[in-house]
Amino acid sequence: MKKQLVLSSLAIILSSGLTQNVLAQDVEVLHWWTSGSEAAALNVLKDDLKSKGYGWQDMPVAGGGGESAMTTLKARVTGGNPPTAAQLLGVAVQDWANEGSLGDLSSVAKADGWDAVVPDAVKDFAINDGKWVAVPVNIHRPNWLWVNATIFKENGLTPPTTWEEFNTVSNTLKAKGITPLAHGGQPWQDLTIFDDVVLGVGGPDFYRKAIHELDMDALGSDTMVKVFDQMRIIRGFVDKDFSGRDWNLATAMLINGKAAMQLMGDWAKGEMTHANVTPGKDILCLPAPSTAGSFLFISDFFAGFDVGANDRDAQGALASSVLSKKFQEEFNLVKGSIPARTDISRTRFDACAQKSMDDLAEAQEKGTLIGSLAHGTAQGASVQSAISDVVTYHFNSDIGSKEAVDILVNAIQDAML
Amino acid sequence: MKNRNHIGVLDRLQFQLPKIVLSPSVAIIVIFVYGFILYTSYLSFTGSKMLPNFNWVGLQNYITLFRSRTWDTSVTNLAIFSVLYIGICCFIGLMLAILLDQKIRNEGFIRITYLYPMALSFIVTGVAWKWILDPGIGLEAVLQGWGWESFSFRWIKERDMAIYTIVIAAVWQTSGFVMATFLAGLRGIDNEMLRAAQLDGASTFAYYRRIVIPQLRPAFMSAFVVLAHMAIKSYDLVIALTGGGPGNATSMPATFMYSYTFTRNQMGIGAASAVMMLMTVAAIIVPYLWSELREKK
Amino acid sequence: MDGKQKTLIEANTDISASGRKTRSIMPTFTRFSLYLILGLFCVYYLLPLYVMVVNSFKPLPEITSGGMVALPIDWTISAWQSAWSEAQIGVEATGLKPYFINSLLMAIPAVTITTLLGAVNGYVLTKWTFPGATLIFGLILFGCFIPFQAILIPMASVLGRMGIAGTLPGIIFVHVVYGISFSTLYFRNYYASFPTELVRAAQIDGASFFTIFWRIMLPSSGPIAVVCIIWLFTNIWNDFLFGASFSDFDSQPMTVALNNLVQTSTGVKEYNVHFAGAILAALPTLIVYIVAGRYFVRGLMSGSVKG
Repeated sequence: MKKQLVLSSLAIILSSGLTQNVLAQDVEVLHWWTSGSEAAALNVLKDDLKSKGYGWQDMPVAGGGGESAMTTLKARVTGGNPPTAAQLLGVAVQDWANEGSLGDLSSVAKADGWDAVVPDAVKDFAINDGKWVAVPVNIHRPNWLWVNATIFKENGLTPPTTWEEFNTVSNTLKAKGITPLAHGGQPWQDLTIFDDVVLGVGGPDFYRKAIHELDMDALGSDTMVKVFDQMRIIRGFVDKDFSGRDWNLATAMLINGKAAMQLMGDWAKGEMTHANVTPGKDILCLPAPSTAGSFLFISDFFAGFDVGANDRDAQGALASSVLSKKFQEEFNLVKGSIPARTDISRTRFDACAQKSMDDLAEAQEKGTLIGSLAHGTAQGASVQSAISDVVTYHFNSDIGSKEAVDILVNAIQDAML
Repeated sequence: MKNRNHIGVLDRLQFQLPKIVLSPSVAIIVIFVYGFILYTSYLSFTGSKMLPNFNWVGLQNYITLFRSRTWDTSVTNLAIFSVLYIGICCFIGLMLAILLDQKIRNEGFIRITYLYPMALSFIVTGVAWKWILDPGIGLEAVLQGWGWESFSFRWIKERDMAIYTIVIAAVWQTSGFVMATFLAGLRGIDNEMLRAAQLDGASTFAYYRRIVIPQLRPAFMSAFVVLAHMAIKSYDLVIALTGGGPGNATSMPATFMYSYTFTRNQMGIGAASAVMMLMTVAAIIVPYLWSELREKK
Repeated sequence: MDGKQKTLIEANTDISASGRKTRSIMPTFTRFSLYLILGLFCVYYLLPLYVMVVNSFKPLPEITSGGMVALPIDWTISAWQSAWSEAQIGVEATGLKPYFINSLLMAIPAVTITTLLGAVNGYVLTKWTFPGATLIFGLILFGCFIPFQAILIPMASVLGRMGIAGTLPGIIFVHVVYGISFSTLYFRNYYASFPTELVRAAQIDGASFFTIFWRIMLPSSGPIAVVCIIWLFTNIWNDFLFGASFSDFDSQPMTVALNNLVQTSTGVKEYNVHFAGAILAALPTLIVYIVAGRYFVRGLMSGSVKG
């Protein structure tokens, strides 16, 4: 019995090995988009490739915003067995390109005219050493303030547009026994708020200087002390059970009226649609306090790994499909983000997404389209985590703002070694 | 076997065969355990970031490691966690084994009830545990809903207490296994001893303390090896329950090493922490192995 | 496992609970509290499973609105159907079904090979000892304590060089490598109490190394084999790290699929499907424990506990 099992499983292993060789014209894609809607969106891509004669080999590894997937990717590349393409966030694209692991998609880029339609700030991440190494899939805006319209109407409040207003409104809500801010105490969520506060309190130039250029004077400045002051104030506006909560549960609090506001990216719209409330009407979307006019962004990229000549055609076809108008529209409608190319018809997108598109255009013009720290679009993993450590430590303890700034400066110096 | 020479070859082969049979395993262990330990040790002296590289940086990674507050927390947490986890598992395991050894009805059912958590990984039970420990929907909410208004159980949200919730879940997973180990040990004890003790009029407590428990030493040892290796490797558990939070309050060496090696792109520091872990393991396990194995000779 | 093959050794160590004389030296009135304590611990151990089972039968709105321990108002098995064959695991809406087979294809050969290797090793280390054998055993044993996160990268590179990166044989190999330490430990300790005279007698009768192993050692290894197989099967089936790192799109095991089902970064969480999926993923190991549970204690008794 056992022998038979072993033999038959061996036979299956051998045969599966054979089929693998026969279907060389497949793309294997490593990603962490496993929720129903995300997968449905990827199916658009899969079908498109199928129509071009390429198979799709799905390699999803979910967890922690791609952390598990990155481990898998490292193991795969070290083993000399990279996927055709992998989902990466901004800076990671550059890191892998600098390791020499990525191929060249420039010919596809040229044929399809990517240069003209992709925003410059996004391009900066997709191009390494003059070569297109990755193709952008979407543009997310992580700095939204979501507001429960009913609560605000019942209490005669106006949604806040600056941090001062935010504090006043929150104090009023708190006095009435309503939790002002729905938040989940996980490092990336803390960091998402930190992003909003740095941009709001310091402005776009300060954000660039402190977060992108890691200018030690900016990092140690009084403005940064003010940032942590505001973080401490925000800490007073979350409920007592916030720590460890998943973001979607925080969004559920907002939807159910258990909290009045949430600072979260536009993916929160998925939860709202699922709960039959309309983003932009039942739940209002505003830029995070004091950040109007700037646009923090995250782009997911499919990076093309350096695969053998056999797979290069398939890889090119994949890249071309990803930036095709059809996929960009279909995918981003489902994902809650906006297209990574600027020439897509906006009619089918909801009010918040349309506002996102307007703001993106404005920010691109003013040069205030900036990569977000909380989502791997500003710094490499080591610096990002170092900042995240400090922000989370400060948010979860009672240390003062000045002390937090000192720790921050030290942590960044350590991380840059 | 007519040829003398032939017998010699066969004999020699027969003589060498055990070693030949053993050698693949030894080779595998030498390469994949000790070779990799050497490799990791080497990496810990390099400036490896996202992928391994071989730029020698001396002790830099260790200096950074020891200056890291998170590493400090991780080591403290491991100490608290292992002492409590191993201690409580042994205590509960021994107690349940003794209780179960009293000719209990439905012993089979109870035994499997105690043992089954060992079959599950925390990928499976993590969500359930998170719910149970969460004050908003879990135990606290349920008991308050049943009218026990003052009941409070919110450790998982508190920086100083969160590590103990990890102990609760870890004990849940393994104490049944320890119970089985002790139960097996108890069942192996000679009945004559029992009767003699009963005739002597020894109290129940004295009977267990003086006669039974000393005989369970090998069972303690097996339990210790299993528990120690679980404690040091505890990773899934932390990730599933708290993700290392609140803040970094429940970070452990295994989660520290993983995050530095794979998500923070500081592979050199990750390797340094791995070396520290291995050295700790060696400091505890090697003396134990040595004493155990030497005794039997 | 080998009910018929009662050998000398097994007969000696077979002291099952039913066959034993009374050990109850507690006064009868304490028996109530005894059952109470045992019962309370049953609640502790069963609570997470109860939460999972109960909520897997609820429709999603009932979960988000209702209590964690409340019984379902609307019993439904749709979550189970979804988890098994309809749920989205990445792009494919296949449910967990196909990954189940991947896991079996991985676990069965890995457990078989590791157990056999462990048995042979234990046999050599106890019955054909040579100078340094104890040292070698100690070296092998230390392998139990390697944190797996530390060896992912070098392992990936070695697998790549062996040409089995991302293949089923590759994952099986990894599991064998890090299972040997435990299986050797179990068998060595078990065989240590096996009468060496029997082996010597057989040798004098002209039996060869392997004949003795197949005819004498293996047939009496039932109890420890059960322990070893349960241990290995549980570890290998539940492994996520190796599965996620060393598998390809066509060899991802159940745990990776379950993780994909449960961990969505920006999607809606269907807790009922998650729980149903989790129970499905755990079913094989649960069944192994329930079916073989009583042999497990017996196996522990006969072998490893004696150290």
